[in-house]
Formats: sequence, structure tokens, C-alpha cells
Amino acid sequence: MSSVLMVGVDGSNCGGRAVEYAAEHAGKSGARLYVAYVIEWSPFSFSTVQENMERHKRREEELKRAYSEIIDPIVSRLKSEGLDVVGLVRHGDVAETLQILAKENDVTNIIVGRQGTSKLKAHVFGSVGSHLVQGAECAVTVVP
Amino acid sequence: MTKLRVGLTTLVSMLASFSALAQEPGIDEKINLAVKPFADAVAGAVFSSFPVAGVQIPFVLVWLIIAATIFTFYFNFINLRAFKHGFQLVRGDYHDPKSAGEVTHFQALATALSGTVGLGNIAGVAVAVSLGGPGATFWMILAGFLGMSSKFTECTLGVKYRRELPDGTVSGGPMYYLTRGLAEKGANFARLGKVLAVLFAIFCVGGSFGGGNMFQANQSFAQLVNVTGGDAGWLADKGWLFGLIIATLVGLVIMGGIRGIARVTSKIVPFMAVIYVIAGLAIILMNFSAVPAAFLAIFNGAFSPEGISGGVIGVLFQGFKRAAFSNEAGVGSAAIAHSAVKTNRPVTEGFVALYEPFVDTIVVCTITALVIIITGTWDPSVDPSAGVQLTSKAFETTFTWFPYVLTVAVLLFAFSTMISWSYYGLKAWTFLFGENKLTDLSYKVLFLFFVVVGSSMQLGAVIDFSDAMIFAMAFPNLLGCYFLLPVVKRELNEYWADYKAGRLVKAGAL
Repeated sequence: MSSVLMVGVDGSNCGGRAVEYAAEHAGKSGARLYVAYVIEWSPFSFSTVQENMERHKRREEELKRAYSEIIDPIVSRLKSEGLDVVGLVRHGDVAETLQILAKENDVTNIIVGRQGTSKLKAHVFGSVGSHLVQGAECAVTVVP
Repeated sequence: MTKLRVGLTTLVSMLASFSALAQEPGIDEKINLAVKPFADAVAGAVFSSFPVAGVQIPFVLVWLIIAATIFTFYFNFINLRAFKHGFQLVRGDYHDPKSAGEVTHFQALATALSGTVGLGNIAGVAVAVSLGGPGATFWMILAGFLGMSSKFTECTLGVKYRRELPDGTVSGGPMYYLTRGLAEKGANFARLGKVLAVLFAIFCVGGSFGGGNMFQANQSFAQLVNVTGGDAGWLADKGWLFGLIIATLVGLVIMGGIRGIARVTSKIVPFMAVIYVIAGLAIILMNFSAVPAAFLAIFNGAFSPEGISGGVIGVLFQGFKRAAFSNEAGVGSAAIAHSAVKTNRPVTEGFVALYEPFVDTIVVCTITALVIIITGTWDPSVDPSAGVQLTSKAFETTFTWFPYVLTVAVLLFAFSTMISWSYYGLKAWTFLFGENKLTDLSYKVLFLFFVVVGSSMQLGAVIDFSDAMIFAMAFPNLLGCYFLLPVVKRELNEYWADYKAGRLVKAGAL
């Protein structure tokens, strides 16, 4: 099985380092690289009638913005470096959604940046890295 | 920002003139007298009743119950059959990961529920148990059970015939299934559909000003007065001030576009509902030894009541009436809220909608009724307008601080119901008068005006009228539903066959 990489980005510095790390490895092995961004969203949140009626429209806008502001710049830069890169955007819980996307695209290695959250914060909110390490069905690399 | 400030100033000055109007001595009396003949005529027509065993039964109630019963049998007890599957849908078992970010079944249900759970569950039940005795609870539960089938029907149709606008927003509800659904059946039906849709929209606008607005403002102010010193308190004659504040808040949401307020409310309301249920369950558990006797009283009272005017029919009437007030099954309002869900199988939202009367009437109303029966606070001489205070008293017997919590809950429930109904009403209004800035603004101004009117005046006639409007919605809505039953059945059978054969894709099964 050839290797397929996926890097999770969140627009921050750590995410940026993860992208560089992933790009380097993809460049060496010639593996396809997915650049994934997850828009925080829960299927169990509460909303007003009007928000619901406009939800589809908002979702399209959110996806468009995520591509144009976060994913597309990274993808076009890496493509110009000659890599096989595909951008992905999906709504949901970050760790869970990265796993779903990895499974859908036969990813062999998920790469994410470290969050550097304190122990307490990680306890309360959980951290994407540790959730992924424990839950993913493929290798997970956490880039410091 | 300046635009917002200008908007706010206009809003406040406009509302101030409303309240000045409302305060003028005798003006409420004048309005009352002016609208009374009209209001009485409408209320009289909608609530026109016939005597059964000495009790006056309004025709609209019979209309609602008969439809709910027919739908229950026509769909072969869908309210039991699809109960489990409805839960799986709400839980997201069949959620397509690719449509993440769209409105889920859970969200559609939660939103619809926050529009219906409210004063009906708190005030209405107290009135039903007081006037009909404990036995009314039994009939209330039965009415909730049958009402599940009405919701199933109207919400399936709401999704099936919703309109997806070019800009990506969705519009749905009885106006759309009455016109588009009946139009599929031929030219004569298309004409009938149009008439029914227009009637529905007119009643819906009326209901949004009345039961969805004035009634809410009026009752929440009454509870606020109740906990701040009663009639002798400082607030007692400050209804206009209360109305002004609420109208400003509502105005900020619906005119100022300040979504934050609505968003915060939509998050606190479920939380308040949970507190209410937990407090109710706590009282029931603390008086656990009294529970068997309470259930016995409910069953005995349902079939052989003592000292209730009209006997069994009288009790049945009270239970059915308050259940219908509370869950709005058959009225068509919920079909608007449910139509926003993302699904290509309309019937799935019907299954989910079964949970609305279940939670609203069977769970929440039963808890309220049990608390009132166990604590022995029901009082046959209660004034039907003092329902909230009665429930408040029942909870107070165990938790002395509860009236304050209840006041906050009532205010929030009322507020979220107003926001929901302002949307329903606006949709009906623009259906009638077209969609443009002027019609939009005129509706919203009227809506805010009625918030102030509702909280500052004792307009018995207007309140009667608005109740009548909400119930009147059931005439065009259910009539249309009868004609569209085969459509729902076809959707149901196709889906059910797929479900039973395991052809539906489960979430997580990639």
C-alpha cells in the first residue's frame, strides 16, 4: 500500500509547521498529500428557526471562505513545488472529522501540529492530537 | 455602527410612543370595546361549540382530535411504529458525514421544541388539573399520543413541499404544501389549495400577534409581578415598561439583526427546560410514596371523576384542550420550523417530529401534572388566567426558591416563543403581501407594537381572539393534510421498505 498523507491545518503557527513537515515527507516519498481544515460544528447545537432556514446558505459561505482564506493558498503554494496536493474542508468535531476524512481517502498518516495547551485545559476541552493518537486507525504524527 | 445607532434610536422612540398610547387612561378600554364585537365573532366562530353531556365542546377541538385519530389509524400507529427509528435519526445514526454543517434532525427538532415548550406546559397543565381534576392528565397524555401522528403528517409535508430559494435559504410550512401539494392534484385542487393557504396565512399572522406574542408577554409579566411583591409591588402597574424592554430586546433581534440575543436564548432555553424537568422529577422522587396514589387518582379521575362538571366528558375536554394548546399538533406551526432540515427523505423529519408532542405533552406536561397532584396544590376555583402562579405554588412547596427560577424560565420560554412566532408570522405575512423591505418592516413594527400592548393592557377580548386565530390555523391546515395523506403514505412506504430491507446507509459505515 502506497502512503497517503493528510495534514490538519487550523491557520495557526503550529499548523504551519505541520504543513512544512508534511510537505517535506510528501516531497521525499512522492505521496499524495491532503490538506484538511475542519470548521468547528456540532450536530447537537441549538439554533433559532431563522438560523436553520439560512443554514445551507451560511454553510456554503463558510466552506467558500475556508477554501479561499486557508486551504487554497497552501494548496497552490505546495502545487507550485510540484507536490500532489488536494484540499479538504468539512464541518464537525476536529479530531473526529480528521479521522473520517482520513478513512474516506485511505490516508496512511495524519499529521497535525501540537496545540501546547496546559494539562488542565486539555482535560476539560480535550486536545486534537491526543484524541487522534488514541482514536485514529492510521499513524498519527504530532509536529511540535 | 451608526446605522445601528440610528436604528436603535428610532426603535426606542417608536416603542415609547406605543407605551404612551397604552398608558393613556381609558385607551385600553376603548380598544377593548372597538375590537370586542369583531373578536367575539371570530372567537365565537372558531370556538363554536355543541353540548355533549352538558359540556360545551368546541368544534375545533373535535376537529383536531378526529384528525389525529384518523392519521394514527391511517398510518397504522406510526407514533408507536417509528418511535425507535425516530430516536435513531435524532441521535444521528443515519447522518451523512458529507452533509456535515447542514441542519440536522436534532437541530430541527430542538428548534421546533423551543417554540412549543413554554407557557402551555407550565400554565396550561395547572389549569387542566384544577378544572378537570387529576383525570385530565390521562386525557392529556392520550391527546399527546394521538397528536404525534398529526405532527408526523404535517412535518413530512412541510419538508416535501418546501421551497429552496436561489440564495440557498429555505421556506416551508403549510402555505407551501397547501399550494404546491394540492396543485399536483389538478386545477380545482390548485384553486382550493390557494384559498386554504391564504386562510392559513391570515390566521397565522393573527396567531403570531396573539398567542405567539401578546399572550406570552402578558403571562410572563404576570409571573414577574407575582414574584416581585404581587399587586402591591412596584412592578404591578409597570406593564408598559416591561413591554418596552421586551419589545426592545425582540426588536434588536428581528430588526437590528442582533442575532447574538436569539442565539444565547436558544442555548439557555433547553437548559432551563432541563432544570424544570429535573426539579419536577426531584419533587416526584422526594414524594415517591405518593406516586402510586397520584396515578390511581389520574386513572380513576379519567373514567369516573367526582365533582367535575360534565363528568367524564368534562375531564376529557379539559385534558384534550390543554394538550392541544400546549403542543400545537395539527395547527401547522411546527411544519414551518421542521422544514429547514437537511434530508432528501421528507418522511424522516416526520419520524423526528413524533418526539415533539412526546416531549412536550407526554413528558413535560405529565411531570407538571404529577407535581401539582402530589403537592395537592390544585384548586378547582382557580382563575384560568392564573395558571403559571398555580404551578409556581406547587413547586414552591418543596423548593422555596423555585418561583424565581420559574420566572426566569417563563421569561425565556416566552421570549423564544415570540422569536419563533415572529418568524412564522413574517413568513405568512410575506406570503400574503409579497417579499420586500416595506412589507417586512411593516410586519415587524406591528409585531413589536403588540408586545407592548400585550404586556400593558388587560385585553381579554384580544387574547381570546388570538387564541382563536391559532386554533383557526388547524382548519385549512388539516383539511389540506387529508387530501395529501396518500402522498405521505407513499413516502412512508417507500422509506419503510428501504429501512426494513437495510438499504439505508448508516453513519460510520464508510
